[in-house]
Amino acid sequence: MAYHIADNRLRTTQILNVKVESPTVKTFSFRDGQCAKAQPGQFLMLWIPGVDEIPLSILGVEEGGLVSVAVKNVGQATKALHEAKEGDVIGVRGPFGNSFSMIKGSVLIVAGGTGTAPLVFLANRLLPSMTREVFVLGAKTRDELLFMNQLEQSFNRSQVQLVTSTEDGSCGITGLCTEPVEQILAKETFNIIYTCGPEKMLRKIFELAEEHRTNLEASLERLMRCAIGLCGSCTIGKYRVCADGPVFTSKQLREVKSEFGNSKRNLTGRKIPLD
Amino acid sequence: MRESRLTVDLAGLQLANPTVLASGILGYSAETVENIVNGGAGAAVTKSIGLKAREGYANPTVVQANCGLINAMGLPNPGIKEYVKEFKRIKAAVSNVPLIFSIYGYSAEEYATIAGEATAAGADALELNVSCPHVKDTGSEIGQCPETLAEVVKKVKASIIRPIFVKLSPNVTCIADVAEAAVEAGADGLTIMNTVRAMAIDVDTAMPILSNKVGGLSGPAVKPVALRCVYETFERVKVPIMGCGGVTDWRDAVEFLLAGASAVQVGTAVSLKGSNVFRSVALGIDKYLKRKNFGKVEDIVGLSHRR
Repeated sequence: MAYHIADNRLRTTQILNVKVESPTVKTFSFRDGQCAKAQPGQFLMLWIPGVDEIPLSILGVEEGGLVSVAVKNVGQATKALHEAKEGDVIGVRGPFGNSFSMIKGSVLIVAGGTGTAPLVFLANRLLPSMTREVFVLGAKTRDELLFMNQLEQSFNRSQVQLVTSTEDGSCGITGLCTEPVEQILAKETFNIIYTCGPEKMLRKIFELAEEHRTNLEASLERLMRCAIGLCGSCTIGKYRVCADGPVFTSKQLREVKSEFGNSKRNLTGRKIPLD
Repeated sequence: MRESRLTVDLAGLQLANPTVLASGILGYSAETVENIVNGGAGAAVTKSIGLKAREGYANPTVVQANCGLINAMGLPNPGIKEYVKEFKRIKAAVSNVPLIFSIYGYSAEEYATIAGEATAAGADALELNVSCPHVKDTGSEIGQCPETLAEVVKKVKASIIRPIFVKLSPNVTCIADVAEAAVEAGADGLTIMNTVRAMAIDVDTAMPILSNKVGGLSGPAVKPVALRCVYETFERVKVPIMGCGGVTDWRDAVEFLLAGASAVQVGTAVSLKGSNVFRSVALGIDKYLKRKNFGKVEDIVGLSHRR
């Protein structure tokens, strides 16, 4: 039997393209055959040599092995990555974790901040098979609404609707993206809700979905080290986000209600409140 | 506990089967340990806990290697004071299987202090991690020196009544010498072995991949080494041994039992097979015993020494 740990060794590749998406977010593209086979929702571990290795959701894959990830400048590792140029060497392992179920029919997608990345990947894949889609895109400001033009272009179809919200009111509905979701769910029913973003937002969307008896899948984020389900850094309840997730169903989220949206583990393994 | 072919008495601990969760794998929370126990583990060892909280090293902390895994986590743990709260939750969640509390320290006194708090929190036994290959001044520094190791074991033995297992390092000239020193000092059992000091280098950047540069190799790659360590030690000591290193299926486990282990620890294979690896290994051992007409696990412990 092949030992699958060895099948997914770290390999190096060059950054082929860097694109500025917002004042704090850049998209990096590189070639990696294994990650190019990823499904929407899966993630990879990206090594910035000499700095750190960080988990990133896959934003998209193209034929020929091109893979892209969106990176927000939030800490030491992401700052180093933001300073990287085309031609710089990075390391990659993955893809890891599960993926969104590709349910056909009517779909509500709710994206907050950099949580938009895996949902753009999902929306592109779902496009041919869906009958109705509402994509709610939320951010703090207009500048931080990610991939809006790309979404508008690919959604050039009547059954797809893009709804934006910003906390400062600079674009679309003023407030958190949970507000338009509440209004939409009051008027319309969906086969499923897909969501990714800050966990407090996910918790709110989960509760709205429960209220409207609609199935939901949310992609979660935790501190990650091994990415292969061994070290326990990323656990939520009995689940390991890296290996059992990162995508969790409503049924699973009900089982981890005390932690979901409330707590995570820090570097020492101690449970701490979510920001 | 119901007697069966698989039940094992391990220095007074009663195990329903001889598979044990190795230290460092999951083990922070009650829910994850419960999941491992539901997967069929006969006992579980916690993460190694020290006196103070430790954040561990920066990533990369794990390198996926040929037939195994190199890790240098750096003993991340919330410290004994914080962890005993979680340990009590673990204890409540899995009251039916023995819980072995793994501890590390920087001195004999520190080991004894942590040991006291661990047993007060309900630890069924202790495992002294004296063999972590990647944290300075604890681990290998203690486990590679028989005199220092003996001092640690004596101090802990004097302060608690629960059984003490000592987890030995393969990174020594003669593991049986170290094992003998531990047993003479009062160890009730041994875990053989910890990871093998190892590293990985990326050829493109010429950089060591682990942030700590050096880590410990686990998984199928180290099984033959661990097996030899168990075999050599069994001839020199009388206390029970938990074999640890690359156990992935029942055949690996039986090899360890034949070499002289009374139980086997499973770690890296959890990544490969999930928590049910414990059940599948235990069932495989049971089938082997039945097929070979052995009545109990202990009937084959060390059998290879008589062949």
